[in-house]
Amino acid sequence: MTKAKRKRLIYNLITFALVIAAFIILQSMIANKMISRSLKGQLVPICAWIVMAVSLNLVIGFSGELSLGHAGFMSVGAYTGAIISGWLLQVYEVQDTTLRLVLAMVAGGLIAGIAGVLIGIPVLRLRGDYLAIVTLAFGEIIRSLVNVLYVGVADGKLHFSFLNKNMPAGVSMLVDGAKGAVKIKPVATFTAGFVLILITLVVVLNLVNSRAGRAIQATRDNRIAAESMGVPVTKYKMMAFVTAAVLAGMAGALYGLNSSTVIPTQFTFNQSINVLVFVVLGGLGNVLGSVVSATLLTVLPEVLRAFADYRMLVYAIVLILVMVFTNNPTIRAFADRLFAPVKAIFRRSKKKTAGGDAQ
Amino acid sequence: MKKFFAMMLALAMLLTCVSAFADDDVVTLKIAHIGPTTGGAALYGQATRDGAAIAADEINALGGKYRVELINEDDEHNVEKAVNAYNAALDAGAQIILGTTTSKPCEAVGALAVNDRVFMLSPSASSEAAVEPDNVFQVCFTDPNQGAASAEYIAEHKLGTKVAIIYNNADVYSTGIRDTFVEKAAELGLEIVTQPITFTDETTDFTVLVAEAQNAGAEIVFLPIYYTPASQILTVAAAKEFKPIFFGVDGMDGILEIEGFDKSLAEGVMLLTPFVATAQDEKTVSFVTKYQEAYGIKPIQFAADAYDGIYIIVAAAEKAGITAEMVRKAEEEKDPSEICEALIAAMTEIEVEGLTGTMTWDESGKVTKTPMAATIVNGEYVFE
Repeated sequence: MTKAKRKRLIYNLITFALVIAAFIILQSMIANKMISRSLKGQLVPICAWIVMAVSLNLVIGFSGELSLGHAGFMSVGAYTGAIISGWLLQVYEVQDTTLRLVLAMVAGGLIAGIAGVLIGIPVLRLRGDYLAIVTLAFGEIIRSLVNVLYVGVADGKLHFSFLNKNMPAGVSMLVDGAKGAVKIKPVATFTAGFVLILITLVVVLNLVNSRAGRAIQATRDNRIAAESMGVPVTKYKMMAFVTAAVLAGMAGALYGLNSSTVIPTQFTFNQSINVLVFVVLGGLGNVLGSVVSATLLTVLPEVLRAFADYRMLVYAIVLILVMVFTNNPTIRAFADRLFAPVKAIFRRSKKKTAGGDAQ
Repeated sequence: MKKFFAMMLALAMLLTCVSAFADDDVVTLKIAHIGPTTGGAALYGQATRDGAAIAADEINALGGKYRVELINEDDEHNVEKAVNAYNAALDAGAQIILGTTTSKPCEAVGALAVNDRVFMLSPSASSEAAVEPDNVFQVCFTDPNQGAASAEYIAEHKLGTKVAIIYNNADVYSTGIRDTFVEKAAELGLEIVTQPITFTDETTDFTVLVAEAQNAGAEIVFLPIYYTPASQILTVAAAKEFKPIFFGVDGMDGILEIEGFDKSLAEGVMLLTPFVATAQDEKTVSFVTKYQEAYGIKPIQFAADAYDGIYIIVAAAEKAGITAEMVRKAEEEKDPSEICEALIAAMTEIEVEGLTGTMTWDESGKVTKTPMAATIVNGEYVFE
C-alpha cells in the first residue's frame, strides 16, 4: 500500500512539475520576446482546453460515464463570465482587471455548477448510452437558450429578456441573442490560465486519490458490487459530475474573457466531441495524458497551417496514427523497454487506463 | 554591413534619377487575406481568396509603383481560429489585412488589430459591430443597410405592401437584416402580415413556415437568409403553388449554382446584390473571364468584393503615399502602425470605381454605394 502511495505521489509530482516547468519556460520566452505571436495568442485557449479535458476526464475516466455535453458547461461559464465582467465594469466601474477576471471565473464556475446539479439529478439515474444521449441534448438546450438570451445594462441595472429584445432605451448590450456576448473587454491572462490549471490538478488529483475518489472509481468498475457494498452510487457520480461542471465553467469564463466576442455556435456538439478526443487520446483516467493531448491537439492545427486547405485532413491522419500506434502492443512493448525506468512509475496509472478502455 | 546598405541605397537613389521606375521605387504591400477556406462557409472564403488573387495578379502585371504580395490564412469561420490566423499572418510578415470574410471572426480580429494598429478592409463582413474599430473598413453593405435598402427598394418600385419575412433567428446576419427591414418597412408603410416566421440551422422542413406566409396572403416574401434554406423554401412554395415575389439579399447569391436545384423555381426571384456575373460591362466581363479560366466556376459577389478590396487598398496606399521606406521600417520593427494610420486617413478621401459600384467611405468605415437589385430571368441574374 505504501509503495502504491509513493508511486502515486511521484506521478502527481511529475504532473505538477511538467506544468510548472512549461509555464516558467513560456513566461521567460515571453519576457525575452522569443515567442511567435501565433503561439502567444494560443496560450490562454490552451489553458482553457486543458482544464476542459482534465475535468471531462474526471467524468469519463474516473466515474465512467460518457458525457457529450461538456461544451454546454463551458458556454454557461463563458456567458456568465462575460456578463459578470461587463456588469462589474459598467455598473461598479471596477477597473482592476484581475479582480474582474477572478470574480467572473468564480461566478462562471458557480453557475455552471448549479447547471451541473440540475442536469445531474435526472441524468445520473440513467446509464451508459442513455446518459450520453441526454448530456448531448443538454448541450444543445444550453446553446438554444443562449441563442435567445438578451442581457443589457441600463441605469445601473442588469436587464434580462428572453426570445424578444425588450430593452429600455440607452441600453448597453452585454449578450445580444444570436450575436452572442458582445463587446467583451478581454481580461484573461496566461498566468490566470496557469493558476486555473493548478487548481484543477489539485482538485482532480486529490479527489481521485481520496476516499470519495475510490468510491467514484468503484462505481465505474462495478456498479452493482459498489452498490452492494453500500456505496451511494448516484451521490458519488454526482460529485464527479458537478466538480467537472464547475471546472468547465471556470475554463469557459477564462476562454470567453480572452476574446472580444463569444457566440453560441462556438459551443456545439462538435466542441464537446473535440474535448472527448483530447481525453481519449490522452488516456481515460490519465490526468497528465489529458494535459499533454489537449496542448498538442490545440497547437497541431496551427502548426499544420503550411498544408493550407489540407491541414484538417493531415490533422485527422495524425489523430488516427497516434490512436493506432499508442494501442499497438508491439510498439507499446518497445516503448516500455525504452522507457523502462520511467515506465515503472506510470505502471499504476496504465492499469487504470486499460480498465477504462475496456468499457 | 550598414555601410554596404548605405552604399546600395545611394546607388539605388542614383538609379531612380536615371529611370523613372527603378526597382527601389516599387512598393510591395504585404496583404494577408483571412477567410474560411475550409469548413461550413468555405464557399465564401475561397471566393474572396480567389477574387483577391486575380486583382493582385492584375496589379503586379501592370507594373506600377505598387505591387501586392498576398498571404492566405484560413479561419474556418471560427472566432478562435480567426485570431490564430491573424497572429499567423502577422508572423508571416503581413502589414495590411484583407479580411475577414465573415462577420463574427471579423469582430474578434478587429478587436486585436485596433490595438496592434493594423489596417483592415473586410470584403464581406457585414455586421455593424465588425466596423466599430476605427481601423476597420468594409467593401460590402452592413446588414442593417441591406435590410433598410431592401425595404426602400420594395417601396420605391411598388412591388407590393403585404410582406412576410422568413428568417434564421440563430444567425447574426439574418436577424440583423430582418431587424432593420422591419424598422424601415414601418416607416415606408409596408405591412408585415405575419408573426415572426423563424427557423434555425437545423431546420429541414419548411412546409409549415411557407404555409404561414401563404395563409396570411403575403405579396412579397422577404428572405434575409443564405441560399441553401432559400432553395428549400422555393421548392416548398412551388409545390404549394404559392407565387409571391421572393426578395433576397446577398446571401441569396449562389442559389443558381446549387447542384440538383431546379433553376426554374428561382425564376422571378429578386435579390439585393452589387454584382452579377452575367452583367455586360467591360470590367465585369474581364473579371468573370479571368476567374472562370483560373478556377472553372463563375465568381460570386464575395469574389468581386475581394477583387475590389485589393484595388481599394492600393488606391488608399497611393493616396496616402505609402513609401518603400515605410514598408521596410514596418517589417524591421514588426509594427505596421504607420501604414495603418496613413491608410485610415486616406480611406475617407478616396473614391473607387469597382466591380460592385462606385464607393466612398466615411470615418465609421461603412461604405456608401447605390443599392441594386437583380432579378433571376431564364436562369441568370439580370439587373433591371
